[in-house]
Amino acid sequence: MTTSKASLSVSGDAAEDLNAAAAVRSELAHAAYDSKIEGNVIITRVDAAINWMRKNSLWPMPMGLACCAIELMATASSRFDISRFGSEVMRFSPRQSDVMIVAGTVTYKMALAVKRVWDQMPEPKWCIAMGACASSGGMYRSYAVLQGIDQLLPVDVYISGCPPRPEALIEGLMKLQEKIDGEESTVDLKSESLVS
Amino acid sequence: MNTNQAAQTISEKFEGTTVLEFRGEHTVTVAPADFRLVMEYCKNELDFDMLLDASSVDNSGDDPRFALVYELATLDDSVHLRVKTHIAESEEVPTVSDLWATADWHEREIWDMMGIKFSGHPDLRRILMWEGYTYHPLRKEFPLAGKPSEMPDVAFTGEAPLEGGPFVTSAGAGSRVKAEPRAK
Repeated sequence: MTTSKASLSVSGDAAEDLNAAAAVRSELAHAAYDSKIEGNVIITRVDAAINWMRKNSLWPMPMGLACCAIELMATASSRFDISRFGSEVMRFSPRQSDVMIVAGTVTYKMALAVKRVWDQMPEPKWCIAMGACASSGGMYRSYAVLQGIDQLLPVDVYISGCPPRPEALIEGLMKLQEKIDGEESTVDLKSESLVS
Repeated sequence: MNTNQAAQTISEKFEGTTVLEFRGEHTVTVAPADFRLVMEYCKNELDFDMLLDASSVDNSGDDPRFALVYELATLDDSVHLRVKTHIAESEEVPTVSDLWATADWHEREIWDMMGIKFSGHPDLRRILMWEGYTYHPLRKEFPLAGKPSEMPDVAFTGEAPLEGGPFVTSAGAGSRVKAEPRAK
């Protein structure tokens, strides 16, 4: 307002210059406070943002080895619908997966193949041991069966059951989401970049 | 021809063959030396076109130790015959995979699980365990829990915890509680 008052008392070219300057300034002020943006900006921590993105888009690597795989398929299909939790994108390529769901009996013959697929998955990655066999060997106290996949790779969530119902798998997935929510992703990213 | 006739024909043709009839099933037990000839005769003369199953039994402590059991059938399923032969641990058995192609994998499984070798077999590799595994797990002396083994980049095995096992089922023990699998 003071500018426009001043422009009244000045005549000629100088007055025009002042008017132009005022117009630019008022535009700048307008850009700094845009009512259209208000309400669409969220302040958060980087950790929280990264974790939120990760946990709601967990692409599973289905390692279906026995009857648990049937329940895994049921979980993915319409009645239970794992896509409500962002995990419907079953990837049969380890390069595109975030979480390996080991569903079934891991025999010694298969064990190193599972390990190899796990090694091919890019970080960050998680593992769910679904059912008694994958968790501990289950009822197969035998020469042929690996007594729990955790002997070969780090497991984040164990699901009990033989086989577990789809609800149990979804519960396990939600537990994993909770776990991811508490991770210090930025620190991990920094330490990773320091290592490499 | 019925099963009884087939069994009698074999016992007449081959010396030292015994026939056992039990509830309509006929088993002929033949000497290992005659085994191949009997199988050829069954296939070519008696028209047993189908080999249903081949399995092995470890009669540990007996001599000879192993028994091989072959289940033969005709394609119209009217005649079934079981052919058995007893062989010692060091003996090899002639393959029948050229007579019945299905014997190929059955004999590989017997070799893998029981360690009986088949002479003349076209491809006697292990079928369930991996090449390089040193044991034959269905032999009586092999523990249920397994034995540790290591083959880098192929496979490894460990000992399974049995926690009071192995658990033995006692059929005909009277009550269900007594019969169910327990450490005994």
